Amino acid sequence: MTDCDVIVIGGGPAGMAAALTAESHGASVTLLDEQATPGGQIYRAVAHCSEEMKLVLGDDYRYGETLVTALSQSAVQQIYNATVWAIDSQGTVTYSQQQSANRINAKQIIIATGALERPYPLPGWTLPGVMTIGAAQILLKSSQLIIDQAVLVGTGPLLYTMASQLINAGSAPAAVIDTVTTNHHLNAARYFPFSQASNILKGLSYLRQITRAGVPYYKGASEIEISGDTCADLIQFKSKSKTQHIKTDNVLLHQGVIPNTQLSRSLRLKHQWHQNQHCFHPVTDEWGVSSSDNIRIAGDGSGISGAEVAEQQGILVALGAVYALGAIDSRTRDTLAAPLKRKIATFKKLREFLDTLYEPPSIALKPENNTIVCRCEEVTAGEIRSCARLGCSGPNQTKAFSRCGMGPCQGRYCGLTVTEILAAENQMSHDEVGAYRIRSPIKPVTLAELASLDQTQ
Amino acid sequence: MYKRLTHNNALQFTFDGCSITANEGDTVAAALLCSGKSTIRHSHVSLSPRGPFCLMGACYECLVRHEGKTVQACMLTVQPGMVIERVRTADKALADRKEQ
Repeated sequence: MTDCDVIVIGGGPAGMAAALTAESHGASVTLLDEQATPGGQIYRAVAHCSEEMKLVLGDDYRYGETLVTALSQSAVQQIYNATVWAIDSQGTVTYSQQQSANRINAKQIIIATGALERPYPLPGWTLPGVMTIGAAQILLKSSQLIIDQAVLVGTGPLLYTMASQLINAGSAPAAVIDTVTTNHHLNAARYFPFSQASNILKGLSYLRQITRAGVPYYKGASEIEISGDTCADLIQFKSKSKTQHIKTDNVLLHQGVIPNTQLSRSLRLKHQWHQNQHCFHPVTDEWGVSSSDNIRIAGDGSGISGAEVAEQQGILVALGAVYALGAIDSRTRDTLAAPLKRKIATFKKLREFLDTLYEPPSIALKPENNTIVCRCEEVTAGEIRSCARLGCSGPNQTKAFSRCGMGPCQGRYCGLTVTEILAAENQMSHDEVGAYRIRSPIKPVTLAELASLDQTQ
Repeated sequence: MYKRLTHNNALQFTFDGCSITANEGDTVAAALLCSGKSTIRHSHVSLSPRGPFCLMGACYECLVRHEGKTVQACMLTVQPGMVIERVRTADKALADRKEQ
């Protein structure tokens, strides 16, 4: 087994920043990422992206090059195409790469596995042609592939960013169907982050761009349904009490992002429900330390704050890790951390505003009975409610009763929905309801991969 | 409908015997979407058509067969001459159901 001081899991902004910081203080660092190149999903393939596409994606994406370049010039050991599928509290990380499994061990583990898109179950969301907005962004970044005439549905900053990028690429969306209502605006007004006006202006400029490009924009959309025989064909919804129909074979969904907690859950770390973000966060202290001393969590995986904060947090958490290793004293740590903490605090104000403004509509969190919740096992919201009536109080019980969450995605795209439905049906708090018990392997592995551990160790 | 902003070296691979053109660096899922194949498999419960959904290795909707293993098409980079096949289990059930 290979040993090092720090293992960083995930090569997005938090992971890259954490690895670079730990390495700069003399720690031996190994960074693992599932993709072929560093960047995470936000800066995905940034080192290989064409200049033309970088113009489409904008400066926020281009910024990722700074981190990727620094990483390539560092002594951080980088292992790509590596799927981490087990981790234990002793700091041993097991991963597969090219169908062979390996183990490494470190004194400090930094989990920086970022975010997933919030499940947005609605009628027809399993049809081919319906994807997440994140998926469409990945096509832009790593394949220079643009979806023409797409219909964007939901809400959140990424919805408008995506619309703007598609317009930049000369493939304006066929429509933007926004679930934000005037009430959202009113609720968000009291959180208006004056210190973050430039980010708000950027958001507004995207909205202006959508209107100027003549893209039909529907606000306060409800009763959204996608239909089609073998693939998406039509989207129907209500906006301003009028029913609208749009023909389309590409629907892109978005209701914000949530922390990817598969690894932290598999370690049985403490998690807590975040009321504003409608999701669970692993419990961490200011240095990213989880309920297990040697396991730290940085970036969106510890709570959604966006790429800028993720990078600052990555540095902060790594400072905590190198302090714990004895590489720096507490004075150095605190001096270096002070400006980062100030920066993070300003961004948190922006996040409160965004969380309120783009709060998912109730129907997106707790869909109607006939809507499929678990894509893998095709379990509907109605079946989860029936389980609740039979006395199921938590997701692990509904899993045994209905197979919901038992498929290959291991509950990544149904877990939160099940928690939301059970909390409402049983009138319990989300923390009482809890989440799926995640066990390793957190991604399917073959027997050959398991057997290969014997040879590599 | 999909459009390419830039083209680089074209690669060929097959999906269920059909020749598919990909750009160098494409994942199998991206290349299939670009070639108009939005349905990649059928679900094992209701045999409903499915296609790529998250493209980041999380949802397992884009499962295909490669070298005798079931893998995620969005996590597999196209290599020239690659042979990719559909996951057969559901296809067989679908055919059986049609016969009945």
